[in-house]
Amino acid sequence: MSMASLAGADGYGTKVKQIAARYGIYIAFAVMFVFLSLWSPWFLTFDNILNILRQCSINGIIAVGATLVIITGGIDLSVGAIVALAAVSASSVAHPDSYPVIVPILVGLAVGALCGGVNGFIIAKGRIAPFIVTLGMMTIVRGASLVMSDGRPVINLSDEYNTIGGGYLWGVPLPVFLFIAVVLIGAFLLHFCKFGRHVYAVGGNELAATVSGLNVGRVKLGVYTLAGLFAGFAGIILSSRVMTGSPAAGAGYELDAIAAVVIGGTSLAGGTGAILGTVIGTLIIGTMNNGLDLLNVSSYFQQIVKGIIIISAVLLDQYTKNSR
Amino acid sequence: MASDWLLEMVGISKSFPGVRALDDVCLRVRAGSVHALIGENGAGKSTLMKVLNGMYRPDAGEIRLRGEPVQINGLKGALDLGISMIYQELNPIPAMTVAENIFIGREPVYGRSGVVNRRRMNADARRLFQTLGLEMNPSARLSSLSVAEMQMVEIAKAISFDSEIIVMDEPTSAITDREVEKLFEIIHTLKAANKAVIYISHKMNELFRIADEMTVMRDGRYIDTQPTDKLTPQSLIAMMVGRRIDEMFPKEDVPLGEVVLSVDGLSQDSRVRNVSFELRRGEILGIAGLMGAGRTELVETIFGIRKPSAGRIRIGGRPVAIASPRDAIRHRIALVSEDRKLMGLNLRASVKDNVSLVNLARYCNLGGVIRARQEVDVVRRQIDRFKIKVSSYRQIVDTLSGGNQQKVVIAKWILADPEIIILDEPTRGIDVGAKSEIHKIMVALAREGKAIIMISSELPEVLGMSDRILVMHGGEVTGEYARADFSQEAVMASATGSH
Repeated sequence: MSMASLAGADGYGTKVKQIAARYGIYIAFAVMFVFLSLWSPWFLTFDNILNILRQCSINGIIAVGATLVIITGGIDLSVGAIVALAAVSASSVAHPDSYPVIVPILVGLAVGALCGGVNGFIIAKGRIAPFIVTLGMMTIVRGASLVMSDGRPVINLSDEYNTIGGGYLWGVPLPVFLFIAVVLIGAFLLHFCKFGRHVYAVGGNELAATVSGLNVGRVKLGVYTLAGLFAGFAGIILSSRVMTGSPAAGAGYELDAIAAVVIGGTSLAGGTGAILGTVIGTLIIGTMNNGLDLLNVSSYFQQIVKGIIIISAVLLDQYTKNSR
Repeated sequence: MASDWLLEMVGISKSFPGVRALDDVCLRVRAGSVHALIGENGAGKSTLMKVLNGMYRPDAGEIRLRGEPVQINGLKGALDLGISMIYQELNPIPAMTVAENIFIGREPVYGRSGVVNRRRMNADARRLFQTLGLEMNPSARLSSLSVAEMQMVEIAKAISFDSEIIVMDEPTSAITDREVEKLFEIIHTLKAANKAVIYISHKMNELFRIADEMTVMRDGRYIDTQPTDKLTPQSLIAMMVGRRIDEMFPKEDVPLGEVVLSVDGLSQDSRVRNVSFELRRGEILGIAGLMGAGRTELVETIFGIRKPSAGRIRIGGRPVAIASPRDAIRHRIALVSEDRKLMGLNLRASVKDNVSLVNLARYCNLGGVIRARQEVDVVRRQIDRFKIKVSSYRQIVDTLSGGNQQKVVIAKWILADPEIIILDEPTRGIDVGAKSEIHKIMVALAREGKAIIMISSELPEVLGMSDRILVMHGGEVTGEYARADFSQEAVMASATGSH
């Protein structure tokens, strides 16, 4: 502080850059928010904000898992397919008058965790690049959900099940609470637990982590299992909200999650990042989709804008980091 | 007298932040001769050669070729002037073929098309091997070759530039006796063609066989140049170690306790061979030797990073099996590794996260939740104890100086409360002040009854800090000296294997 004030104008410039480097993504989000509020009268309404949050919740839940994976220096391409398999398997035990609602929930979570666990096990034990393992798993899991459902969406789900994604509490959609819960769990694990510290250590320098006595394989098994678990959870919420367990669900969700993580300032090189950044990244993508809808931009064109924003966010991040 | 000398480097000085690497160094080399450049690790040989090959620009001094002053601009500039170099560290591209590696960046092409003329490239390579008397397939992939063969490719590549001056930095460190003979034949051919070879090696027998003249460097300074027939291995070693003003070391005599570590016939493939020693509480055991002597491999084997191929380790008298660093840590061994950036630190994390890493479980409750306040307290105490200069415990380690980074590594390992502390080159590349502080830390630890192993390539440090010295050469222990019998000459002789 005192250095900056002593250095006068030059110090002031440096300080601006430091602030930009630290809070760039928050500033970008704020600017976007203010702009849309002024531009569209429908944007800043209670209903619309809730709508955005609800739309964000599924991507956000997957992105929390992706954050853990990416901080270890890995990547998980299979989460979109896991969403589908969890949706199909949970839905198939969620018909009215069959099982209590807890059963489909546990089935969906177990399926997700199992797929993630297999990813983690192969990556840790086989020492194969996560990109390859999860790419293979993506295809396998997508195929499994098609086989399981015979290619047809699973319909006729119980009201209780449909409440998970479609219900409200105090006027707020339930998925929003579930999103918040997953964020809190993720942040707790990553920032307050030994496990989280080990996640950073593995991504920052795997060899140093090994030499420091960490069980690197177990850390990897942990992050991929969690990524699968959260993807399974997202699959439950999605199928419940649309009242259908579709084997085609979740296509491309892995990329939206990675985008949210990267926009949030987590480096694909591993070792850095935070859950809060991912939350902001998710909100930026969700707000942008919503804003472009309100501005009547075609959904085709929206994809182009989304791509530009992803690249710009990382460029901004690089620029501010280098000038530090 | 326009030039007896093919190459003259006169009054070369070069400084890096905090270090004077070269101080007024001279080197004069005749055409048609082999000139050996000799000195301990860190004497400045490699730096001088990096000035010659254009990698470093000297702060002062002049380089003349055949009496003409020249400016050397980068590696390419050196090659254009007829200076090529065989590097100590191999840098081949494993997925490419022998010929592709040799002609990389100057591949023969069809006309101006940019399409590589593979047939001509392979033919050129074959002709090169023929003139050198080597048997090698130009289209073999580098990855399929042995290290020795790769080294021969590297040598062939340096010669393929048809340079006037060829620098060979430890060219025989990775090759077998048969290939050494081949190399010497090649060197004779080069001499006959009136080329100059600058030959860097620690191996006395080679030097006396091949060199016409020798220049000795020490601590970044020029010592002397002599024709080989005026020198003996003894006089050469005396020049290398010199008579130095004794540096001040804070070493104290600590009463030695019981044996905590005993290593019996430990081998690790061919890198460590049948090493045995004991280590006592309160003792500082120095391990001296030249680069590649197997010292790092020895301690990495003890620490479970490498798998031993034979031998036993006992701790406190009990045989132990150490298959991983986790096991080693459980047996209360710590390893401050040679390369702190590679194995010691997570550069992207804070000082706190690095210091508490090994021992994190102790600052967690049963559910694995970190007790944050306790962790911060402990880390702050380590920062104070080791006088680590940081703006806050949150500072990212990457932004610290080398000396402070090293202290972070030491602080981290001491926090794990080890009984046996292995320090591999603990003061390499750090400034004098930090160095002396690390020496004081070592003495304090010995006083607490810890057993310490210190690897160092700096003779004065080994001599100044150790209670006992093991000297290694070629993976074996070639000498052991008690403090009363320390002498630079004896240690150096054991390290060069000239006993």
